[in-house]
Amino acid sequence: MVAGVDESLLRSLIPRVIGVLVRRGIDFAAAEDAVQDALLEAIRVWPDDTPRDPPAWLVAVAWRRWLDTVRSDAARRRREDVLDAAPMAEPPPDVDDTLQLYFLCAHPSLTPSSAVALTLRAVGGLTTRQIAQAYLVPETTMAQRISRAKRTVSAVRLDRPGEMATVLRVLYLVFNEGYSGDVDLAAEAIRVTRQLATAVDHPETSGLLALMLLHQARRAARTAPDGSLVPLPEQDRSRWDTTAIAEGVQILQAALARDRLGEYQAQAAIAALHADALTAAETDWVQIVEWYDELVRLTDSPVVRLNRAVAVGEADGARAGLAALAELDPALPRWTAVAAYLHERDGDPATAARLYVEAAAAAPDLAERDHLTRQAARLHRRG
Amino acid sequence: MAKYLLLKHYRGAPAPANDVPMDRWTPEEISAHVQYMSDFAARLTSTGEFVDGQAVAPEGAWVRSDGAGRPPVTDGPFAETKDLIAGWMIIDVDDWDRAVELAGELSAAPGAGGRPIDEWLEVRPFLAQPTNFGE
Repeated sequence: MVAGVDESLLRSLIPRVIGVLVRRGIDFAAAEDAVQDALLEAIRVWPDDTPRDPPAWLVAVAWRRWLDTVRSDAARRRREDVLDAAPMAEPPPDVDDTLQLYFLCAHPSLTPSSAVALTLRAVGGLTTRQIAQAYLVPETTMAQRISRAKRTVSAVRLDRPGEMATVLRVLYLVFNEGYSGDVDLAAEAIRVTRQLATAVDHPETSGLLALMLLHQARRAARTAPDGSLVPLPEQDRSRWDTTAIAEGVQILQAALARDRLGEYQAQAAIAALHADALTAAETDWVQIVEWYDELVRLTDSPVVRLNRAVAVGEADGARAGLAALAELDPALPRWTAVAAYLHERDGDPATAARLYVEAAAAAPDLAERDHLTRQAARLHRRG
Repeated sequence: MAKYLLLKHYRGAPAPANDVPMDRWTPEEISAHVQYMSDFAARLTSTGEFVDGQAVAPEGAWVRSDGAGRPPVTDGPFAETKDLIAGWMIIDVDDWDRAVELAGELSAAPGAGGRPIDEWLEVRPFLAQPTNFGE
């Protein structure tokens, strides 16, 4: 974005401005379009001429854009007269408006990719171009994805409470995407989740925010200067962001105290236990296994069981880990990589090397494939 | 949300159902085919799933470096290559099933006699950007 504009301030205003327009009776799709236009205008104009009251400026510009659209449509002339005459009194800003926007953008009728795109634009205040760059697709494709998403939710009324679980799932997806283009999606996910956590009293939302912060805290240590992946035990822990860790732990503790455990709180608890260890050797694996047991109980997810097998391997030895692994379907993503790791720890480098080669061929991303290939190469050199 | 490459081959794929080379089609059949491909790309743009599509010429060359300070060495054309790429489309879809569904539609582009070619397309997932939780 252009220098001189406070990006996060501008972005944080977007959902509120959409809320104001919707309350004035404009349908969501049209309001969102008008606000996107106002956002682009703000990016263009604000560096030279920052308004004294940014929210009011955005509302005024978006309102004018919407009126222009309506005026250009002769068939709507009658309606325009009515709206021009409508009182302009501002309803008090309402936290619920923004909350309803989260629900709408993550509506269960949307596919995950549509929900993510719509959330980033209407809740995150990103431009279509930024979202397209972040997901490496052409801008026209992203624009169409967003307008289709808006059509899909056009019949949904903004006044009913939605599913918090789907909202959190969408935010988790945004965070997990990492970053490309000029927008840091992980940072955006944290910003938007923080905004949500402030608006609602919901332990799982806090749990997700804590989880994001605790993961983000390790980001700098997670990749070597050459871009290769640094696994957790080998990370330089002095590069972890202790401020983010402290904030994550504090948010998590407050959430856990509410005694309404959910999967994000449990995942955050595991991340916090890793963050708490000064060296990899000091990791409290026994407690981590206990949290994985909770997670299995909460989600019954095979991926969680796989991670649990790794933790069991650390807590009770590689044999125990392999036994836990044997109960799982070898077709699970990363099953082979985990098997390779546990076999090496069990003193069987030949089997480990063979499995690392196999795991590399099935790796879903480049950094992981390179990492697994390096592990195989390391064992081959030794053997 | 994952990208897939749909690969179309001049050579190397199993024979399609409607196996008549394009130079034996009528001009109208060729136009219908080209139109189908362009409509397909436009439709995928409108569903928010299109990333890129390109066709490549069958003729080209092998190129390799011949050491620093020397011009690259070329060789070719690929007369003996068993596998020859004709073009590709890159799509960004929610899952593998959707990628397969779209590849199926693309494969049914009309050919000789206006009937679907039902040619074999290769579908390959992109190695994704590393995710934030990968460690």
